[in-house]
Amino acid sequence: MTVRDATPGRRPTTGRRARRTALAAALALVLAACSGEQNALDPAGPYAQAPHDLIIWVFGIAVVVFVLVQGLILFTTWRFRRREGDDAIPAQTHGNTKLEVLWTVIPALILAAISVPTVQLIFEQMDEPEAEYLTVEVIGHRWWFEYYYPDYDIYTANEMAIPVGVPVRLEMTATDLARAADLGVIHSFWIPRLAGKQDLVPGHTTYLNLQADEPGRYLGQCAEYCGLSHANMRARVVALDAGDFEAWVADQTTPADVPAEGTLEARGRELFGDLGARQACASCHAVWEGDGPRGPGQGPDLTNLFSREEFAGAIHDLTPDMLRAWLANPNELKPMQYDVNGIGMPNLNLTDEELDALVAYLMTLD
Amino acid sequence: MAMTTTPTTGAPTPRFRPSSREGILSWIGTTDHKRIGIMYFWTVLVFFAFGGTQSGLIRAQLAQAEQSLITAEIYNQMFTMHGITMVFLVVMPFAAAFFNYLLPLMIGARDVAFPRLNAFSYWFYLFGGVFLYSSFLLGGAPNGSWVGYAPLSANAVSNMAFYAVGLQILGVSSLASAINFITTILNMRAPGMTFMRMPIMVWMTLVTSFLLLFAVPIIAVALFMLQFDAVFGAQFFQPASGGDPLLYQHLFWLFGHPEVYIMILPAMGVVSEVMPVFSRKPLFGYAAMAFAGAAIGFIGFGVWAHHMFTSAIGPVPRAAFSVATMFIAVPTGIKIFNWVFTMWGGKIRFTTAMLFSVGFVSMFTIGGLSGVMHAVVPHNAQQHDTYFVVAHFHYVLFGGALFGFISGVYYWFPKVTGKLMDEKLGKLHFWTWLLGFNLTFGPMHLSGLLGQPRRTAVLPEELGGTVELYNLLSSLGFVVLFGSALVFLYNLIRSLRRGEVSGDDPWDARTLEWMTATPPKPHNFDEIPTITARDEFWHRKYAEDEQHVPVPVPAGASVDTDEHAGHGEHIHMPDASVWPFIHTMGVLPLGYGLVYANWWLIGAGVVWMVAGFFGWIIEPLAEGDDDEPATALAAH
Repeated sequence: MTVRDATPGRRPTTGRRARRTALAAALALVLAACSGEQNALDPAGPYAQAPHDLIIWVFGIAVVVFVLVQGLILFTTWRFRRREGDDAIPAQTHGNTKLEVLWTVIPALILAAISVPTVQLIFEQMDEPEAEYLTVEVIGHRWWFEYYYPDYDIYTANEMAIPVGVPVRLEMTATDLARAADLGVIHSFWIPRLAGKQDLVPGHTTYLNLQADEPGRYLGQCAEYCGLSHANMRARVVALDAGDFEAWVADQTTPADVPAEGTLEARGRELFGDLGARQACASCHAVWEGDGPRGPGQGPDLTNLFSREEFAGAIHDLTPDMLRAWLANPNELKPMQYDVNGIGMPNLNLTDEELDALVAYLMTLD
Repeated sequence: MAMTTTPTTGAPTPRFRPSSREGILSWIGTTDHKRIGIMYFWTVLVFFAFGGTQSGLIRAQLAQAEQSLITAEIYNQMFTMHGITMVFLVVMPFAAAFFNYLLPLMIGARDVAFPRLNAFSYWFYLFGGVFLYSSFLLGGAPNGSWVGYAPLSANAVSNMAFYAVGLQILGVSSLASAINFITTILNMRAPGMTFMRMPIMVWMTLVTSFLLLFAVPIIAVALFMLQFDAVFGAQFFQPASGGDPLLYQHLFWLFGHPEVYIMILPAMGVVSEVMPVFSRKPLFGYAAMAFAGAAIGFIGFGVWAHHMFTSAIGPVPRAAFSVATMFIAVPTGIKIFNWVFTMWGGKIRFTTAMLFSVGFVSMFTIGGLSGVMHAVVPHNAQQHDTYFVVAHFHYVLFGGALFGFISGVYYWFPKVTGKLMDEKLGKLHFWTWLLGFNLTFGPMHLSGLLGQPRRTAVLPEELGGTVELYNLLSSLGFVVLFGSALVFLYNLIRSLRRGEVSGDDPWDARTLEWMTATPPKPHNFDEIPTITARDEFWHRKYAEDEQHVPVPVPAGASVDTDEHAGHGEHIHMPDASVWPFIHTMGVLPLGYGLVYANWWLIGAGVVWMVAGFFGWIIEPLAEGDDDEPATALAAH
């Protein structure tokens, strides 16, 4: 690892720098491929692997062309430099048709060779998976990802659980107000180790296939600029073994418990539904208690909040302290625009007593 | 002989017309393409300083993970304005500076076809830039990114009304210039200058101008719709009411991709002038160079959706635009090889101008290769909107366009000022520039592939130490570039004040602009030369002996500085006029009126501009009107 860190730091200062930079870059590309959970050079599933294999091949061609062209430039400038006192006028060559045809045809052939597998793979990547697959709907909001599992009627946010070794087809769109199509902006869902990115466009449904071959937590983030907190819109895919995934589904489809009367948690639940003149939590966040069908809220579904490791666009670890800080002043943990255009979470000016009760209640939602 | 722009006799002197070549009024009223070119140049430097400052703040913020030196609001304004500034207020007008100054000189004309329209273009550019920057003082600059994707950009929080109106103003400037340059090239070439004898710089001016002519109206439509969505609540891009965000993307990139070539072709023109001179050889494969440029321009209109490979488009357009994009590399490759073989067999003098041109070819090649990697659509999904793309287009626009333009500054500085730029400082500038450039943008290739998306106000720590290191290197690279830019500025000012006197032909040049006095007289040529060859000036200086070895022509090597030459030829020069300036000022109230939906301001702006047009139209000519021969005759 020390090699990798040192390589790009060495910057020679001569005209050969261009070439050396590239060699260093090529080396680093290879070495860097063994770290980072958001690393596009370290594919962990077939939908990331195939493009990776193709680009490595293209990159190889690019390196060869690079070395040839830069070598030619360096050789020419060195060989034909004017020596001191040499005032002779060189032959006034105007061109050479054979040469020119050569460097028109050869690049064209190389590019044709690249374009064939490229076009094939475009269709393979975008087609519906041949094997039986899981469908997850992804909705991009400012600034968090919502996931809905139509097969299980599960709503969750930020972290998407998937079974290992099973293709997953994402049906994606973007909106800010529940399922209404207005006020949404474009986002892009990107988990580099599992698949390339695909934009989520309001008014359109786009699709992305991904699959994880190993259990693990795969990081990603929104890749299309979506305004103020674009940088704070992360995504995670948690790949689980078949048994773990079943357990996860069972957990997520179990209604939230109602706390016993008179407890702090019960007081929290009460506040969740009614904050007097202030907007109630429940007006945006759903907690499904088994009464009636589930439905989407304006903000993340909190039925199983504490089954998730992170919150607030997956930029903060979900701990009781963080949650309390968040409720006290959400904007401090993540810039939002509730006051300007109603996007994000408002500051509800909660008292210490209210904060205690709400955090206690929310901690029961696991 | 009426050689100056002062009215001689006859016709009444119009009010406001500057009668001197000194003082501010003479610049405000100038219609001299050379002075307009100089104004473009200095304005570009100012905006370059602004755009550079913004990138400095960006690099400071990203130097370490999870930093918050500036807030997300400010950061988003910075990268938005950095992009807008560098594209629309630096690279494009930098090309215009060269076109303005050089085009008439290179084709043996006294000025452009429409001198007052030329002044109008400059003032529209200046006011457009001032208008955009005034947003900083009026509640914040646009923060919806330079591509301004709807529906985000139509949302008031993005402040993109300034973008929509400001770019529209700049578009008017570009369109007027394009029409001007096309007309000039088609109609005003010196006798004997056929198309295939034009310098490649003139070819590239022509291709670029046609690109502008066809591309700018497309973004004009997109901006018009965006402005109506943002200011007047129209629904062009709102899916809830039947609009479509994709419409904006198609329109924007149908302009935006030709725009890439609008920015790079002029620099290619510069390099095609510089390389032959310092290799002492003609350009290798002239015809291929001209047609490859035209081919790039043409194919450039058919590849726009490669900016949208991850958008809501299906596999068929992805495949089609992938293949089209790959093949645009073919004419680009032709150019690269032709430049290298221009040097092959030559006697290369490594002046600063030449170094920057060689640097252009080398750096641009890197940008071209990463461009081909983008065209591999399945992996484009990994590269798109990451720092890999940021690296790519900086290798094209910084390593390409800017290297080319700076080469041109060193090359033509003596033409403009009669003085040479300092070569020692120049070389210090080049090597630090090359180092700083690669240090800034080289590591971005890697940080992008390692998962860093662009346009994020913080560098997430979870990306890991390697990405952090690469970002730190990029930020250090900025420091080197900043120092290098100061060297360049110092060299510019120092050389202006006390640079070595260059003489008329310091580089042993080949083309027409060096065949006249340095700096050129207001009317460029005492006598319009008759052209008999490509590289006319070279052929006047050198002949071939029996063995086809070029030998200097002993006498008559003819820099056209003879005071008595041109005797008897009447020199008709455009009059100075302040009306383009006065007219253009009206765009400010009009622009603010459109941003704030204020009908009074809109009305005032329109009335002002119409009045300005009338002043422009009825302004009498100093030499009388060509349509009225009697008046014209009386004037002399």
